[in-house]
Amino acid sequence: MKPVQVKLVLLGEAAVGKSSLVLRFVNDEFQENKEPTIGAAFLTQKCRLEDKVIKFEIWDTAGQERFHSLAPMYYRNAQAAVIVYDVTKASSLVKAKSWVKELQRQANPNIVIALTGNKADLVSSGRSKSSSEDEDNQEGEENQDEEDEDHGVTREVPTEEASAYAQEAGLLFYETSAKNGQGVAEVFTEIAKKIPLEHVLSARGRGASSSSRVDLQTGGGLGGQQHKGVCAC
Amino acid sequence: MDETYDIIVMGTGLTECILSGLLSIEGKKVLHLDRNDYYGGDSASLNLTQLFRQFRGGEAPPAELGRDRDYNVDLIPKFMMANGELVKILVHTDVTRYLEFKQIAGSFVYRDGKIAKVPASEMEAVRSPLMGLFEKRRAKKFFEFVQNYKQEDPSTHGGIDIAVTPMQNVYEHFGLEAGTIDFIGHALALHLEDSYLNRPAFETFDRITLYMSSMARWGKSPYLYPLYGLGELPQGFARLSAIYGGTYMLDKKVDEIVYEDGKVVGVRSGDEIAKCSQVICDPSYAPEKVQKVDRVIRAICLLSGPIPNTENADSFQLIIPQNQVKRKNDIYVAGVSSSHNVCEKNHYLAIVSTIIETDNPQVEIQPGLDLLGPIVDMFIQIADISEPIQNGTTDQVFVSKSYDATSHFETVCDDVKDLYKRVTGNTLVLKQRPSQEEEQKEMAA
Repeated sequence: MKPVQVKLVLLGEAAVGKSSLVLRFVNDEFQENKEPTIGAAFLTQKCRLEDKVIKFEIWDTAGQERFHSLAPMYYRNAQAAVIVYDVTKASSLVKAKSWVKELQRQANPNIVIALTGNKADLVSSGRSKSSSEDEDNQEGEENQDEEDEDHGVTREVPTEEASAYAQEAGLLFYETSAKNGQGVAEVFTEIAKKIPLEHVLSARGRGASSSSRVDLQTGGGLGGQQHKGVCAC
Repeated sequence: MDETYDIIVMGTGLTECILSGLLSIEGKKVLHLDRNDYYGGDSASLNLTQLFRQFRGGEAPPAELGRDRDYNVDLIPKFMMANGELVKILVHTDVTRYLEFKQIAGSFVYRDGKIAKVPASEMEAVRSPLMGLFEKRRAKKFFEFVQNYKQEDPSTHGGIDIAVTPMQNVYEHFGLEAGTIDFIGHALALHLEDSYLNRPAFETFDRITLYMSSMARWGKSPYLYPLYGLGELPQGFARLSAIYGGTYMLDKKVDEIVYEDGKVVGVRSGDEIAKCSQVICDPSYAPEKVQKVDRVIRAICLLSGPIPNTENADSFQLIIPQNQVKRKNDIYVAGVSSSHNVCEKNHYLAIVSTIIETDNPQVEIQPGLDLLGPIVDMFIQIADISEPIQNGTTDQVFVSKSYDATSHFETVCDDVKDLYKRVTGNTLVLKQRPSQEEEQKEMAA
């Protein structure tokens, strides 16, 4: 089966774990105290479903969100978005909501959006726990993780609140931990299931209207000069 | 912002963003600021709200124009030459991966009151009304001469040394008519006025060769255009810079460039100071360091249909050579449409521009406006073309040139290379970045 390429963008406040989520999904690894993102244009990972293979082209913000300077080009033509907040930081959900608005205003109307509350490991020892753990008496009890020292380990965003918002706004919703892997694969698999293939095909320009699009890498008529010497097949 | 950087770049126009990207790749710590809340500076593409903010004092755009997000209106009229320097830089830096490109459908030239297509193939050349039969034969000989000319091989020179012979003499040698000379010099070599006739011919030969090789790459026209407007280009290079650690701050006022002992030491914004040893900026951030060399008028026109007599092309370049309308400088019309994701369906955008020669510039572009058909709305911009007075090596503040009146990015790339050399002391050598697949393997390893 020929994989269908899907552009997926990550959005969310700085330091909520966007890159860590992707590294968990793509390489199944986690780096403690990861430096802010540097170096990669985007990572790719395939997701096999019964009836299709989706090849995610996952774009990271490259840190441009830090001073509210993310270029619109970044989410242009994205067919999927993972909007990440930190369950221990209420303000990060506020920022996440503003990204949802921005995408609904500016992005591809068929975009599939998943809202993801990351760092769930900081507030629960297992996935079976309910969200009652945002009660004060849980504070500092079980997790000395240093991933984010600024605000300890208190849950600031109750699962119900984020979930209700996601439902209202028509988003997929998960709580995840890039650190222990909880929920990460599910986010991407569910997005893959929800991607409307017919829109992907037309958005990626394989329809008739694409006839005059050009690929600078392959170079056109005199392309031989530009070719990188890599097999094009 | 209160940190120390190697280089602070101010303004996110294409020139600044390419340099920011190249320098970040080399490991320089770059802070990139812009006073606007959008990317692109003078080379931005604006949505309706931004367009009306800039030209209509914030008046609300009329509802019938459609949705804000469907518009990406270029401020400068330029296309990419398919075989030009910008394409090479895009490929080598892999920024081409972030963007999608489309061809410009056709190139046209105004001649004796009519619009004619610039032939894009041998077949079109045979049928073209631009020259009579005998003139076509003479022109064919001329083009063969240009194509075969090799500086190192005197047998291809036919007794003409283009390093010294003025272009005028070469035209005369082939007995070309005035109309043909206009066509070659303005529609193919893309000279904006006629001073080139007295300069050595190699300059014009290079330009003709660039046009022809660009045409040969994808056919139809020598031009490419990024979907969603030219503003995508600076954004693409800004992303490159950010990926290599460049820090971006939009909507950041710059109050002062700070000097010590005649050399730059930082940039002040409010009571914050970012330290640095070099500054790169566009002319608007250092007005005292530039001089005006020309003024241009650009009329951004919103149209309700394709312009007449262009075979309903969804995009085009139309050149009105100066001789045809008794001017010193050509009038250019650049057209794009919803098929490039720059405006709402059923609308077209055209920019009519020229270098200003009189006190009444709007009258000067009238011959261009007259060719457009019904104009729904028009936004007029009069801009100085500035260049730095000094080369920046003394105080380490390097100022770029304004975007000039040429219809492509070749002079922008010249400025990039020139600035790069002055900033780093080295000649720019483009290295192929590892592809995304190679990069991913490396990261996984």
